[in-house]
Amino acid sequence: MKKSFPFAAAITAFIAASYFLVPLIATFYFSLRMTRGELSFAAYRSVLNSPEFLATIGYSTVASLLAIVMGAVIIVPTAYWVRLKIPKLRPVVEFISLLPLIVPPVVLVFGYIRLFGSNSWLPLTGSTQGTDVLLVLGYVVMSMPYMFRAVDNGMAVIDIATLTEAAESLGASRFRTIIFVIFPNVRAAIISGAFLTFSISLGEFVLASLLNRPAFGPYLVQLGQDRAYEPAALAVMSFAFTWACMMLMQIFATKKPGQRWFPRLPFSSAQRTRA
Amino acid sequence: MTLDASATRAELRAPRPSVPSIRSLNWSWLGVAPFFLFTLLFLIGPVLYLVTGAFQNAEGAFTFDNMIALGSPNIVASFSLSIRLSILSALMGAVAGLLLGHAVILGGLPSWVRNAFTTFSGVASNFAGVPLAFAFIATLGRLGLVTVLLRDLFGFNLYAAGFDLFSFVGLLLVYLYFQLPLMFLIIAPALDGLKSEWREAAEILGATRRQYWQMVGLPVLAPTILGCFLLLFANAFGTLATVYALMGSGFDVVPIVLFQQIRGNVLYNPNLGYALALGMVVIMGASNTLYLILRNRAERWQK
Repeated sequence: MKKSFPFAAAITAFIAASYFLVPLIATFYFSLRMTRGELSFAAYRSVLNSPEFLATIGYSTVASLLAIVMGAVIIVPTAYWVRLKIPKLRPVVEFISLLPLIVPPVVLVFGYIRLFGSNSWLPLTGSTQGTDVLLVLGYVVMSMPYMFRAVDNGMAVIDIATLTEAAESLGASRFRTIIFVIFPNVRAAIISGAFLTFSISLGEFVLASLLNRPAFGPYLVQLGQDRAYEPAALAVMSFAFTWACMMLMQIFATKKPGQRWFPRLPFSSAQRTRA
Repeated sequence: MTLDASATRAELRAPRPSVPSIRSLNWSWLGVAPFFLFTLLFLIGPVLYLVTGAFQNAEGAFTFDNMIALGSPNIVASFSLSIRLSILSALMGAVAGLLLGHAVILGGLPSWVRNAFTTFSGVASNFAGVPLAFAFIATLGRLGLVTVLLRDLFGFNLYAAGFDLFSFVGLLLVYLYFQLPLMFLIIAPALDGLKSEWREAAEILGATRRQYWQMVGLPVLAPTILGCFLLLFANAFGTLATVYALMGSGFDVVPIVLFQQIRGNVLYNPNLGYALALGMVVIMGASNTLYLILRNRAERWQK
């Protein structure tokens, strides 16, 4: 058995790492060069002080949060009910929840504009509020595959049948069971799905642009056409944001119900065993 | 008389067990009603509307004209551009992801390397859209940092050498940034699933590394690799925001043409737009379905 240093593998890994890292480093460096002759965070200041940035990011944050809440309200009872009462329907529900993966956003929004146009039976695009609602519902649909997967996985690790029986024998109604027993037990799964939803819908461009809403995605594209250094600053911030969302998603996805948020310090556990 | 009585008795008996079962069935259905109502209204309904519209003319009569119009040169050209871009991008992503997976997982590198790549890939596969385009413009655009560094330090002018970020090739390079990590993430479990017994058995029988890969490794991985390729293909095919931010509206991939059509009716025929949408859904649907079939086949070896 030879155990020499794996040169070929190391070179491959190095090339891949450079491909991944060079654009990030270059973008970061580029974003610092707004003021001629020195490195500064001027581009970041310019972005963060722009009222348009604050308005669009605020709009998109609210829309994303609403989409997360609506998604949870629709998906959690459905996933619960299907697991508990109608397991035969599970493949159907799972299939439908995966459908958004084969319907590109541009097709979805095209359907919305035609089906809910101002002359239709449900003229949602006729008013600003209606269009806002449609945007949020579109985000709910787009995030459904991830939300369903997260919640369904969360339900797989808890014994919902026993929990439901216990709640019912204590006299809880169906509604109460879902709100006070099931929801708290899949909370981590919901939050994990929520972070993914958030990272998808915050900078979403197609729906927001075609529904003509003042969201963050269309603002980004406009900024890219008008400015040089601010887009780079936004790309860096957006990468950091995506990173944070994915980390938080991972943490919540692997957290078991009832598990503590931070691992117990080895110091205190050592003390306990001695005592 | 007796016949009559037995009939009524049967009638009386029959409904009794079936009444509660009907009631419970109805209740069960009610529990999933919100989900079905929601998806019917905001997912299936809109898509069905486009699909039926694709087979109608402006007056609502049934026609195949829109399907035939899909064969017009500019639409064929944009489908062809989209498909070529997606195939090449998926191919690059699949090969690069496989090489990286092989190096990092089976190559004998320390495990922190693999962990770092896995974490990074989770982020990068979701870092698409407009910011990704910005990052590459800042890196390899005409005034991008790498372009400038190469010119000033090495006297090498990328753009004079024929490279252009705002082109087909440039787009492939940008797509790779989310395709490679996606491939790495989905091929990793399959590479883990290659049992070391198979390699040992092959070695004992005198197989070279090359023979092992040719006759054992790659055949076992083939369904997974093909499935991943299709997933990457669909991933590239549906990409709009990245292209739009990089190229503007002038690069006629199918999603961009549809986007322009919705914005300003560039095709002068909404029903042709429906046909375009149908074409997209069919291609995305076919590649995703095949992916799922291949994934099931691939899981055979992991039991």
